[in-house]
Amino acid sequence: MSANAYETVETDVLVLGAGGAGLRGAIAAAEAGLKVLIVCKSLLGKAHTVMAEGGVAAAMHNVAYQDTWEVHFADTMKGGKLINNWRMAELHAKEAPERVLELERWGAVFDRTWQGRIHQRPFGAHTYPRLAHIGDRTGLELLRTLQDRAVHTPGVDVHMEVTVFKLLKAGGRVAGALAYRRADGSLILYRCSALLLASGGTGKMYRVTSNSWESTGDGTALAYEAGAELRDMEMMQFHPTGMVWPAGVRGILVTEGVRGEGGVLRNKDGERFMERYDHERMELSSRDVVARAINSEVNAGRGSPHGGVFLDITHRKPDYIKRKLPSMYEQFLKLANVDITTQPMEVAPTIHYAMGGVLVDAETGASSVPGLYAAGEVAGGLHGANRLGGNSLSDLLVFGKRAGDGAAAAARKAPKNARLDQKEIDSAIATLMAPLDRPAGESPYKLMGEIQDVMTKHAPIVREGAGLEEGLTKLLEIGGRAKTCGTGGSRSLAFNPGWHTATDLNSMLINAEALLRSAIERKESRGAHARSDFPKTDEAFEDVNYVAVKMPDGMSVTAVKRPPLPDYLAQAVHHSYARYTPEETE
Amino acid sequence: MTTEISNLDLKIWRGDAGGGDYVSYRVPVREGMVVLDAVLWVQANLASDLAVRWNCKAAKCGSCSAEIDGFPRLMCKTPIAEYGDNVSVRPMQTFPIIKDLVTDVSWNYQVNKEIPPFTPSDKDMSSSEPWRMQQKDVERTMEFRKCIECFLCQDVCHVLRAHDAKAAFYGPRFMIRIASLEMHPKDVLDRRPLLRGRAGAGYCNITKCCTEVCPEHIKITDNAIIPLKERMDDVYFDPIRWVANRLGGDSKKKEAE
Repeated sequence: MSANAYETVETDVLVLGAGGAGLRGAIAAAEAGLKVLIVCKSLLGKAHTVMAEGGVAAAMHNVAYQDTWEVHFADTMKGGKLINNWRMAELHAKEAPERVLELERWGAVFDRTWQGRIHQRPFGAHTYPRLAHIGDRTGLELLRTLQDRAVHTPGVDVHMEVTVFKLLKAGGRVAGALAYRRADGSLILYRCSALLLASGGTGKMYRVTSNSWESTGDGTALAYEAGAELRDMEMMQFHPTGMVWPAGVRGILVTEGVRGEGGVLRNKDGERFMERYDHERMELSSRDVVARAINSEVNAGRGSPHGGVFLDITHRKPDYIKRKLPSMYEQFLKLANVDITTQPMEVAPTIHYAMGGVLVDAETGASSVPGLYAAGEVAGGLHGANRLGGNSLSDLLVFGKRAGDGAAAAARKAPKNARLDQKEIDSAIATLMAPLDRPAGESPYKLMGEIQDVMTKHAPIVREGAGLEEGLTKLLEIGGRAKTCGTGGSRSLAFNPGWHTATDLNSMLINAEALLRSAIERKESRGAHARSDFPKTDEAFEDVNYVAVKMPDGMSVTAVKRPPLPDYLAQAVHHSYARYTPEETE
Repeated sequence: MTTEISNLDLKIWRGDAGGGDYVSYRVPVREGMVVLDAVLWVQANLASDLAVRWNCKAAKCGSCSAEIDGFPRLMCKTPIAEYGDNVSVRPMQTFPIIKDLVTDVSWNYQVNKEIPPFTPSDKDMSSSEPWRMQQKDVERTMEFRKCIECFLCQDVCHVLRAHDAKAAFYGPRFMIRIASLEMHPKDVLDRRPLLRGRAGAGYCNITKCCTEVCPEHIKITDNAIIPLKERMDDVYFDPIRWVANRLGGDSKKKEAE
C-alpha cells in the first residue's frame, strides 16, 4: 500500500465539526432518515461551544413579560448595524425559544425562576433579560445535551480527530471530502450527497485570542476553495473582556455574564468610564462599543498595571458570585491568584468571534455551491457587523437545525455515484504530504506566529487604510513562504502537530487575506470594523456587504447590496428603544 | 509576587505504544505560566512533533489531562510555580498510549453510548406547556452536569488503572453520568439494573481518589456513587423488598438493561 492510499467511507450527509451547529444539524438530518457522519478535528465534546458561558438568547419572556421576537430582532439588527441578513435575524428571533425548549426536552437543565420557568439574565445590548443560562457554563450544558442526543440518534456516526483538507466536487456539486486521521496520518476519502460545514471560527489568526488551536478557519477556507462566496469577512469581534494577566493566560475569556450580573468597569482612576461612551447602557452596551472604550482608556494612559481596565463585581455577595459565576471564580483564583469576590479583575479585549463567513441562504443554510451547506460561526449573515452576546448559541440551534434539514433535502435529490476527479484527489494529497518531504523547510509554528503578528498589528480594534494595505503585502509574502514550509523537522505521520500546523496555515492565510481585503474596501466605521481614517458610520454602506470569492487570478472582493427590509421588519427596528451606533451620537 | 524569568527543567514522556522515556527540555518561564504553556513552548520551539491534546486552555473542555509529577491534573490549570524549577509530565496511564501525551480514550465514548439517554414520561413529552421545575429540584443533577469529561477520575480509579477492569466497571465518570440522569427531575427510566449489571457500580470501594482529582470539584463518591449504591441496594439487597418484588410488586419505572 503506498503512502498515498486512502480508505473510502460513504455517507448521505457529511458534517464537518461537532460543536453546537454540527450536532444540531446532524440530529436534524438523521431524524429525516439519512445516514450522517460527523467529522471533528478534536475529541467529541471539546468543541468551542463549551467556551460559551453567558447564555442562549431567546425571547421567551420568562423574566421580562414585554419581550417579543420583534424586540429581539431589532436588537440583533441594531447590534449588527443593519448589514445583517434580515431574514436570518427574523428566523433566529422567532425560532430561538422553540429550540431552547426543545433542548430542555432533550435533558438540558437550565437555571430556574422562582416560578419554575427557565431563568433569563440581562446581557449586552439586549433590551430585556433574555439569556437562558446555567450559571456560567451554558455552552457545556448545550453541547453535552446535543452530544448525547446525537450519539443516541440512529444513523449518526462520529469520526474524531480527523481533519478535512479538501472538498471534492462532481458536476459542480460538492460530493465528497478528503481527510487525514491525526493519530496516524492515514487518509480517508468521504463520499457524500451533501456536506454541512459547521467548523467554527477563525480567531487563531490573532495572537491574543479566546479561541483554541482548532479555530484556523478551515471551513471558510474549504468553502472558498470550492468556489463559495464569503461575506462580511472584515467583521471580527473583539470580546471586551479577556484576561490580561498573568501573561500565560492572556486572552482567556471573562464572560459577559459578569457584567450581566452587575459587574462594573473602572479605569485606574476608579472612574466608571462607560458613562462617557454609552451613558444609557453603560457596561451592557454592545461588544464593539465596550471593546473600543477599553481600548481608548488604555491608550489614554488610564489603564490598569498590566494594560487593561478593572472589572469589579465585589459589591455582590460572595455566595451569589460563586453560584452565578462559578467558573470565573475558579479561573481567577487558580490562574491569577485573584479572588473575584473581594478583588477586581483586570481585563482587556481579546479576539473572540468571526461575524463573517460563508454566505448562506437564510431558510436552508445553502451556500452558493450546490450540495454545500453551512451553519454556526462558519456561516455569515445573522450577526452583521457585531454579534450580541448569547446570539451565537441560539444561532447554532436555529440554523444548525435549518441547515441540517436543508442538507438532508439536498442529499435526497442528489445524483448517486458521482464521479470524483482522480487527478484532483491525487494533487490534493500531494500538497498535504509535501511538507513532510521538506524537513529543512521553515517552521510552520514560526509562520503561524508571523501571521498572528501581522493581523494583530495591521488589523487591530481601530484600523487604518495604509496599515491594512501594508498588512496585506506582508501577509501575501508569508503566504509565498508557506508554500514551501516544512513540518519543523519531523517526517512522522503519527500525531505530528508540526505537519498539521503546516496544513492549517493555508486556511489561516485565506481567512486573513479575506479580512484585510474586505476591511480595505469598507471605507467607514461600522460595528466591529472601526477605521481611524474613516471614523464615521456612512449611511451609504448601510445596505452593503463585501463578498470575497476565488477568481482565476486570486481573491476578489466586491460590494453587494442587500435587499431593503420589508415594512413589518423595518417597523420593528424603527419602534425599538434600543440605541443604534452610540459612538456617533456623542 | 513577580518572579524573575528562570529556566524550567521540563521532563516530558515521549514515545508510543511500543515504549518510550522522559526527555528533558529547558523552558524559559514567564510569570503565571502553566504546564500547558511550557509544553506548547517546547512543541513550537524544540520538538515540532510533540503530540499533546488541548483546546480551550481555560479548564472548560477537559482535553489536556496528564500526570504531572505523577498526579492526574489538567495542564492548563497547573501553574509551574507550584513545582519550582523542575517538573515531569506523562500521559494518563489508564488508557492505551497513542503517542507522547496523547492516549486512546475511545473506550469512554463507547461506554457513554451504552447508557440509555434522558427519558421523560410520555405525559411530559406530550405536554405543550414548557416544563416547570424549581431551582432546588435541579441543583442536585447540576453538580454532575458540570463534568468536562477530562477522564482524570477514570485515570486515577484503581479498578480501571490497576486492575484494568474496563469490561466490568464503567468508572467514576459514568457513575456521575448515570447519577445526572437518575436525579434529573423529569427522567423516569430506572437504570438500577444497569448499575448492578454492566455498569458494575459494586466494584467501587469508595476510596474517593476520583473526587480528589476532579477539576470541577464534583463530589463523585459522596454525592453520586454512594447514593447510587444505596438506590441499588434498596432493590436488590433489602430482604423485605426482595420478597415484595418476588410477589410481583414495584414496576412503576421503566427498566434499563
